[in-house]
Amino acid sequence: MKKSGKAEAADLHEPAAANGLLHRRFFLAGGAGVGLAALSGAAKAEPLAVPEWTRKPGAWFSAYGQPSKYESKVGRGAIVEHNPLYESGPGSIRTPLQFLEGMITPNGLHFERSHNGIPDIDPEQHRLVIHGLVKRPLVFTMDDLARYPMTSRISFVECAGNSGALYAKDAAAGTAQTLHGLLSCAEWTGVSLALLLDEAGVDPKATWLLAEGADAASMSRSVPLAKAMDDAMVCLYQNGERIRPSNGYPLRLLVPGYQGNMNVKWLRRIKLTAGPTMTKDETSKYSLLLNEGKSAQFKFQLDAKAIITRPSPGYLLKQQGFYEISGLAWSGNGKVTKVEVTADGGKTWAQAALSDPVLSKALTRFRIPWHWTGQAAVLQARCTDDTGYTQPARDVLIAARGNRAAYHNNAISSWSVATGGEVKHVYA
Amino acid sequence: MSTLKLAAALILAATAATAASGAVETPMLGKPISLADLAPWDLSIGPDGVGLPAGKGSAREGKQVFIDKCAACHGLEGQGQPADRLVGGQGTLTSDAPVKTVGSYWPYPTTLFDFVRRAMPLNEPQTLTSDETYAVSAFILAANGIIKPGDVMNAKTLPKVKMPNQGNFFIVYPGNLK
Repeated sequence: MKKSGKAEAADLHEPAAANGLLHRRFFLAGGAGVGLAALSGAAKAEPLAVPEWTRKPGAWFSAYGQPSKYESKVGRGAIVEHNPLYESGPGSIRTPLQFLEGMITPNGLHFERSHNGIPDIDPEQHRLVIHGLVKRPLVFTMDDLARYPMTSRISFVECAGNSGALYAKDAAAGTAQTLHGLLSCAEWTGVSLALLLDEAGVDPKATWLLAEGADAASMSRSVPLAKAMDDAMVCLYQNGERIRPSNGYPLRLLVPGYQGNMNVKWLRRIKLTAGPTMTKDETSKYSLLLNEGKSAQFKFQLDAKAIITRPSPGYLLKQQGFYEISGLAWSGNGKVTKVEVTADGGKTWAQAALSDPVLSKALTRFRIPWHWTGQAAVLQARCTDDTGYTQPARDVLIAARGNRAAYHNNAISSWSVATGGEVKHVYA
Repeated sequence: MSTLKLAAALILAATAATAASGAVETPMLGKPISLADLAPWDLSIGPDGVGLPAGKGSAREGKQVFIDKCAACHGLEGQGQPADRLVGGQGTLTSDAPVKTVGSYWPYPTTLFDFVRRAMPLNEPQTLTSDETYAVSAFILAANGIIKPGDVMNAKTLPKVKMPNQGNFFIVYPGNLK
């Protein structure tokens, strides 16, 4: 039987889980704020002053907007895996997840991984060639591709090495960015790869394709033809503007939900093949070394995962009272259907609210209200997707795979909140 | 019938066929290219070795190439630092500190040739000759004890080299590993 509005509102005021987690619709139940306001020890505010920027004209326009100078801390941090012998070379740089909200990553903050620097490609000279097991090998200019019917989809890209630190025996000191920041989400616009392959005429013997970049690593990966025909795209635009050089200008492959490395940047060549090419980045790298020396190759899907971004390491909770726990959940296998959050290290869980839109293979923002009483807490989130799969606890994942796998770590991660309000990465 | 009229008739016929089959019109803006004209980009070598170029080299010849072109990043003995270690590590994959090298980990010998030719040396990729690429591949394989120092690598011999760890790989796709 459906409860009356009043009875339901009363339920919403009950704690949703231990250690201060409130119902995800707490603030939709009228009068909810009163109890919290009384607890927040309301000190009197300072008198209001009329600031200088209200009393003189502001700056003129700029051709391309930039963030506020007061947000200069929001950046992608230090470069890792840098070869000191050369100015560039292989490396990666991570999205500052702890400073961002919503589901979209701004283009200048999208994570980057490159294998020998960022090429400076003239789009007039760049070409995409489709060849191999096709009836008609074809070459496309970027202007050609820009005339094709386009599709847009919001999709995350996650490096298979993201969260790899969670395989280590001891919890690494780190932030959402340094531990999980090889993860971003954008609206990608381009041409369906299936359309271009159909034009080239795929030979029935073809079951895979090789996608290759034009960078100084000629980075290349094998992609199953079935995936290419399903939802792969050849992308020209990222969040409405042409893809930036660091993310593949002028052309990048999007393989939604699969290892980030397969979303080949600076795409120049697609070769249809009868089997995988066994490139360096699909054999010696991006394979999982399991127990007894066995290695799992071609595990492509990035399984369901959730990360709490706020609060997270680097935050200091300065006073008791209300906080919103906010984070990101995603699955390379489909849509997020549920995110649960615990504040007591996994003993009791409450369901978080999911912010619309909830899209397949896209980041999904989740939020849940929390009343911090000043006690030590361990915050975790776990994601369930529409295949019914729920991400595993860390000890479960390690028991199944060992601690040498390096890639595809989608275990539940934990932030501890100390009584002093410091937030740290821990194993729990 | 003039050539122009013939062409027009063919286009009309093709359009009618498309309409009849219910196929959606696609832009067809790609230009055909011959295999010879795309050959400079067609560098990839699969495990069957098809497409390996002419040329040859042994570890003895490859040693100097390695010293000149590779050792600055990979060490004189392929011991690594600052770039990947290439030699050794056999027997470590089940330990707490696995050492994944060409010898201990890589499943296919063709990958070595393919990667060196397309991406190495880091500061000047695609500058080694085919002979140098075979020779330096041979040097790395011999340093790992997989072939003998005098063994000649070429389009025929390289794909036949048996990598010691190949049997430990299994393919997950189209399934998943959870």
